[in-house]
Amino acid sequence: MTSPARTPIFLYGLLVIVALAIATDSATSQTGTGSAAPSGGRTSAAASDIQRGEYLARAGDCIACHTVRGGEPFAGGLAMATRFGTLFTPNITPDPETGIGRWREEDFWQAMHLGRMPSGQPYYPAFPYDNYTRVSRADVDAIFAYLKSIKPVRRKNRAHEMAFPYNQRALLNGWRALYFEPGEFEPAATQSAEWNRGAYLVQGLGHCDACHTGRNFLGATRRADPFAGGVMPVQEWYAPSLTSSGEAGLGQWEIDDLVAFLHSGVSRRGAAYGPMAQVIFDGLQYLSEPDVRAMAVYLKSLVPRGAAESPTQLRITEQQGKELFERGAAVYERWCVDCHLRDGKGIPPAYPPLAGNQSITMDSAVNPVRMVMFGGFPPVTAKNRRPYGMPPFAQALSDDDIASVVTYIRQAWGNRSLAVSATDVGRYRSIPLEQ
Amino acid sequence: MRSRAALRIALTFVACIALTTHGRAQPTPTLADTMQQRMAACGICHGEQGEGRGAAEYYPRISGKPADYLFTQLQHFRDGRRKYPQMVYLMRYMDDRYLREIADYYAALQPAHLAPAKPSPDARERQRGEVLVTRGDTSKSIPPCAGCHGRTLTGMAPGIPGLVGLPVDYIAAQLGAWKTGLRVATPPDCMLTIAQRMSGSDIAAVAKWLGSQPPPADVAKLAPPVKLPLRCGNHPA
Repeated sequence: MTSPARTPIFLYGLLVIVALAIATDSATSQTGTGSAAPSGGRTSAAASDIQRGEYLARAGDCIACHTVRGGEPFAGGLAMATRFGTLFTPNITPDPETGIGRWREEDFWQAMHLGRMPSGQPYYPAFPYDNYTRVSRADVDAIFAYLKSIKPVRRKNRAHEMAFPYNQRALLNGWRALYFEPGEFEPAATQSAEWNRGAYLVQGLGHCDACHTGRNFLGATRRADPFAGGVMPVQEWYAPSLTSSGEAGLGQWEIDDLVAFLHSGVSRRGAAYGPMAQVIFDGLQYLSEPDVRAMAVYLKSLVPRGAAESPTQLRITEQQGKELFERGAAVYERWCVDCHLRDGKGIPPAYPPLAGNQSITMDSAVNPVRMVMFGGFPPVTAKNRRPYGMPPFAQALSDDDIASVVTYIRQAWGNRSLAVSATDVGRYRSIPLEQ
Repeated sequence: MRSRAALRIALTFVACIALTTHGRAQPTPTLADTMQQRMAACGICHGEQGEGRGAAEYYPRISGKPADYLFTQLQHFRDGRRKYPQMVYLMRYMDDRYLREIADYYAALQPAHLAPAKPSPDARERQRGEVLVTRGDTSKSIPPCAGCHGRTLTGMAPGIPGLVGLPVDYIAAQLGAWKTGLRVATPPDCMLTIAQRMSGSDIAAVAKWLGSQPPPADVAKLAPPVKLPLRCGNHPA
């Protein structure tokens, strides 16, 4: 995966990390233990705490990573491919031998707030503790109470398979020194209670920026550009910017559209597929509408910025672009027009509009190419129990046809985005479909 | 006043006609609130009515298969027990309720069958296929397909699918997947046991023979449940 051109800067980064690891290892006790607030030593949780904890676990979508496909909830074992190796999520059911049955409240707080195991060792940041550190002690305790109440499942944790040097956990101390700042969420006094509630959920349990902020070469989110979007490593979905008005951005979305999208999976502006469908399917749809609205209010308030990551697709000549557009118009007329209509307005919410749809026009064309190739259904939710679907065209259409039609929808009806080449499309044929 | 109102209505009418007949304009469509419209996405591979794409393609006919069978398969795809990546991907964020509705929808459709594949040119292969399907091979403890999938191979209530009207490639791929453990059924997985007793050439013979059979007239008919030669999940013992 590492290209030769990238190696020098990578090695340089590694040296920095090793140095920092040595420098910070002796100081880790400062963050390792002792900074947790006392919890009163309760042993049994009230039913209301458990219920609240279940709700908060939904907000954090814990189940998504801690459950294998078709497996026992929260029993872990899911393989998470990263650029640095494969991680296997742990069992967080209350089984005493293989799960968190022997953990105390303090241990769970230390994991969520400081990203450290009961032994004091740091977690890999695939566990988004740089978000969860914002969650309040009361909420973390409630989640723990809930996890202690679920069915214990005996499933031994599988060892991570990280490449050298990333298998050296001590190096994580360097990473943490660079990128991790523990600290609970602090409400902004100038903002409404609703905005603050939304900010708390988005920045904390929601861990939205884990995908919607680009990552640097060490897998850390780019804090200087929060919510600026980025390609999700390995999964090859583009998590759009939530700030850039030019690319995705939510500037043109009404609050009601955002609420509909986050709560039901479909809206007048667009529908959720891929990883976002999962977030809605097992997380957001279970939140109360006021909470989802609060998240929408906060997200909508993010300041519009310039463009996000620069696109990776090949540049093509004007003439090639023109040919693609013309061929694409014919492909569109043959395959797409029944649902998305000749004017590109679609029949929302069942069939999203393509005209003015930021998921189509954003710089990276990976999402529209994926949609055309592999189709999809938005998630089944309480508010959208019987979704309409998009056919997968990977078998019916050639790379040239797909490049043409994606070019067409990126440039018709006032959309203004770069053309897409068949070479780009070909690259995406083999991306893993698991997510 | 009245004449002005009438004029306004007339003008609106003319404007509407002008808009709808104008060159590339498309009449405002209404979205059909039907399963047919919801499942339109499936037609590109399985055919508009779930009839499949013909003998030369991989994609199976799904209409008219037992609802219980379809429901179980959809669950298997969603939960990752069946591995075809495109189906796994499409089913991922669906609940049992919707999967049941999808299964019931396709189970009730009975579109005409497409033409079967040409019979294998190899006479020995044809004979081997027919023997395995109708009589089995006691020397290898392989029961006949017809013992569970119905004498007319149109399936058995409540959950065993018919085997006629499927593409050769599809049948061969399923048996091969069972043999290698890639496809699994509800335990006890009798098809795994059977496929592992079959050789590669047995699988080819069965697939080619089944894929070239013309569908019988009463193809919609499921045989009544009987005790099977092996214990199978999803079938009453």
